[in-house]
Amino acid sequence: MPSILAPWTVKRELLTKSEAETDLNYGCKPEERPYPNMLRFGIINLDKPPGPSSHEVAAWVRRILGVKQAGHGGTLET
Amino acid sequence: MTGVLPVALEDATKVVHALLGSGKEYVCVLKLHKELPENRVKDVLGEFQGKIFQRPPIRASVKRQIRVRKIYYLEVLEIDERNVLFKVGCEAGTYIRKLCYDVGEVLGSGAHMHELRRTRSGPFTETGDIVTLHDVAYLHSKWQETQDLSILRKFIQPMEEALELLPKIDVRDSAVDALCHGAHLTAPGVVSLETGIEAGTKTCIFTLKGEAVALATATATTQEILKKNHGIIARNDRVLMPRGTYPKLWHTKQPKP
Repeated sequence: MPSILAPWTVKRELLTKSEAETDLNYGCKPEERPYPNMLRFGIINLDKPPGPSSHEVAAWVRRILGVKQAGHGGTLET
Repeated sequence: MTGVLPVALEDATKVVHALLGSGKEYVCVLKLHKELPENRVKDVLGEFQGKIFQRPPIRASVKRQIRVRKIYYLEVLEIDERNVLFKVGCEAGTYIRKLCYDVGEVLGSGAHMHELRRTRSGPFTETGDIVTLHDVAYLHSKWQETQDLSILRKFIQPMEEALELLPKIDVRDSAVDALCHGAHLTAPGVVSLETGIEAGTKTCIFTLKGEAVALATATATTQEILKKNHGIIARNDRVLMPRGTYPKLWHTKQPKP
């Protein structure tokens, strides 16, 4: 039997410490970010094709989207 | 090899730090070098659950010393002659190629990894919003034609998605800009927080709108933080939000005349 719980099966509860409201004049909800910022603060769940390295795949995404920088989360060998 | 490879853009590249250390799940085909009874193979693979010792392979980008890795689960899906299909959930930094080799050593027959697909990287899985490079190229050109932002939103997710598995701490607006300037989080700034935080736990700080502000290491438990009225409760590791997004509301000492 597996003795260690996988991190994605851990359930957490949100507890309130104090009440507060947020000023709508600053910032915005992540899912409502306007155009350039939704790219700047965006992440793509990519299905890596076999062959190219993780690094090459990230570089392709950068070229396709014309963004300045793109990085992958965890090397997946070719 | 194929599967889940989260790619972060521009400022979001800072969150890959959180993803690198998160757990992974793979589906793997292991090839035995000799045909063996199914039960024996299943038993031996089952033993590789829990904590295992692993020396990184020759072609590795880390120091080759034996390390302990956690295998959360390992489930055999199918055995067909010498091919063994299994699913494994494991800690970051586990080499599946090496695991297959070690299974072969224990069995005595020898074995190697034949094929591998990553089915999870932290909160990202192969079901749901996963896209191929072709999808990215196609949807991007379609967006350029139509300027319809909903097309981009189909495959570019907010970086906050990557932080889903970290325990979160929500802070009031007045604390945000200080954090963006690298300050540590103190108790009065906290509005709400999740259970399960201990001293040393990696957490993520969010605004009340749900935007990620910074990655931080807690210095107290959830219960302690709830009771505290002052003092640092989390040390700032990495700022994610640009300065000036929220107004600066802290006081600076006036220089003496």
